[in-house]
Amino acid sequence: MIALDPLLEGNLLWAPLLIVLVKVLIVFVVGLVATMLMVWFERKAIAGMQNRIGPNKTGPFGILQTLADGIKLFFKEDLFPSRADRFVFALAPFLSFVPAFLAFAIIPLGGDFRDGSSGEVTLFGQVTRIQLADPPIGVLFALAISSIAVYGIMLAGWSSGSKYPLLGSVRASAQMVSYEAALGLSLACVLLLAGTLSTSGIVAAQSTITDWHVVSTGIVPFVIFLIAATAELNRPPFDLVEAEQELVGGFNTEYSSIRFALFYLAEFMNTVTMSALIVTLFFGGPQPIAIGNFVLDIPLLPNALEGTVWLLAKILVFLYMYIWFRATLPRLRYDQLMDLGWKLLIPASLGWFMLLAAQRLARQNGWNIIIVTAGSIAVLVICYLLMQAAFAKSARDRSKQGTMF
Amino acid sequence: MQFFVFVCAALMILLGAVGVIVRKHPVHAALSLVLTLFGVAVSFVSQEAHFLAAVQVIVYAGAIVVLFLFVIMLLGVDRVENLRTEPLTAQRPLAIITCLGLVGVLVAAIVNGNGVLNERGEGINLPDLQNGPDANTVQLAESIFSRYVVAFEVTSVLLVIAVVGTVLLTRKRLAKASVK
Repeated sequence: MIALDPLLEGNLLWAPLLIVLVKVLIVFVVGLVATMLMVWFERKAIAGMQNRIGPNKTGPFGILQTLADGIKLFFKEDLFPSRADRFVFALAPFLSFVPAFLAFAIIPLGGDFRDGSSGEVTLFGQVTRIQLADPPIGVLFALAISSIAVYGIMLAGWSSGSKYPLLGSVRASAQMVSYEAALGLSLACVLLLAGTLSTSGIVAAQSTITDWHVVSTGIVPFVIFLIAATAELNRPPFDLVEAEQELVGGFNTEYSSIRFALFYLAEFMNTVTMSALIVTLFFGGPQPIAIGNFVLDIPLLPNALEGTVWLLAKILVFLYMYIWFRATLPRLRYDQLMDLGWKLLIPASLGWFMLLAAQRLARQNGWNIIIVTAGSIAVLVICYLLMQAAFAKSARDRSKQGTMF
Repeated sequence: MQFFVFVCAALMILLGAVGVIVRKHPVHAALSLVLTLFGVAVSFVSQEAHFLAAVQVIVYAGAIVVLFLFVIMLLGVDRVENLRTEPLTAQRPLAIITCLGLVGVLVAAIVNGNGVLNERGEGINLPDLQNGPDANTVQLAESIFSRYVVAFEVTSVLLVIAVVGTVLLTRKRLAKASVK
């Protein structure tokens, strides 16, 4: 009925069922462990950047610090604020935690996609993918899940029945809803070139480095996606949700114990998932680095397993980058955040999408691609000038009315 | 399996719908609406309309209800309302008449289209499942952007008009205030 995996077509037997169960277990455990290591990695790396030592007591290099924190949080008192809406207050952490894990299901975690291979592997005589689910809607699933995650933050702030969490959550939901548009539009550029929604199809379309969508879409959609994803994750420099100077702790101020730990886990899990998604969409996922006919092959490893190694290496680069962002960039002001999202990222991603679509149409109909590109760029420049004129006019009007921004 | 999924989805939809009416708290009512929308998405998936299900979740659950909640929180109307007082006295009888009319129309439509709804594939343009995972999206895009393109564009113009109208209404009040 639901063709999520080649395994599930035909009658359900024990072997496929068992493989799916094992895959679910592996994805869940890998997700948890990755989150745990990410928390440690972030603390350690940021300590290095700030000339500190960071966690160093629990285990070698302090690697068990997250585990210790988790155990501590488990045993702390679980507090319900007196003005809280009890049901929603208890529900909110799960609405934030579960989507974070679900999104990981559609990431291809390995497999051989070289030379047009489909990435399918054979396990115990069953053909499957190294990926929990490959739904027909593919990356749209990630978008749907991230739009559900908004509820967790929003309801957490509201149900606490106190001022600062409410302010934090209203900020967060406005931010996440506005940046989702830019995220979707830059994603559409990738889908335009890949011609499919399924994540394994998108990976299969990026066999050499010039086919990687970061190159073939022109770097702009990648940059927009990266910025929008950072805003969507509420990570610095877009962490206005938990701006300590203004909001105490933001939406999770009133949370303690394991409920707080769930929010904390979800935040880091989302960072890992988003990095994996960026790698899948723009950097070929489990594909090895290949320039023309030359493939950078890891000897001795089977190709399917090598995919996992490449994926991990690429994800690590992005995780490090997110930590680097946090250590380097100061937080944006709220109006700057909204201006960046609505006045720069959304028009830019829409314009770039139109340009790519025009090129695609030209290629399909055999028109001269240079003339079409030049024409589209001219139209885009006119649109840009019109938009600037409109901004200038509205700025004049507002200064006449005496508003600050 | 199909039957089981249908029962679950229908239960979700009905529970949500009843919740929207029964819950007195606006935020709880909005959350019940989310449950209904999810149920609809699940039944879309069980009818092989995957793309529609994804869009249902992204647009309705992810954007529109979030906007509802946003307005509820921002305006501070998140208090339990007293439903005893009635601002419009004719409201209740009118609502009952409209409701009965709607039920009548729905029943008539179902009775009328009985043959179509009973057997899968008769009269309904089912997605072509043989053409790989993206057949769904392709079919939907073809009908929106070729056959119904005028209706599609007119609808978007309608939305733009609504936005422009809202901005105009709020600006007018501001201008008057600044004159005073």
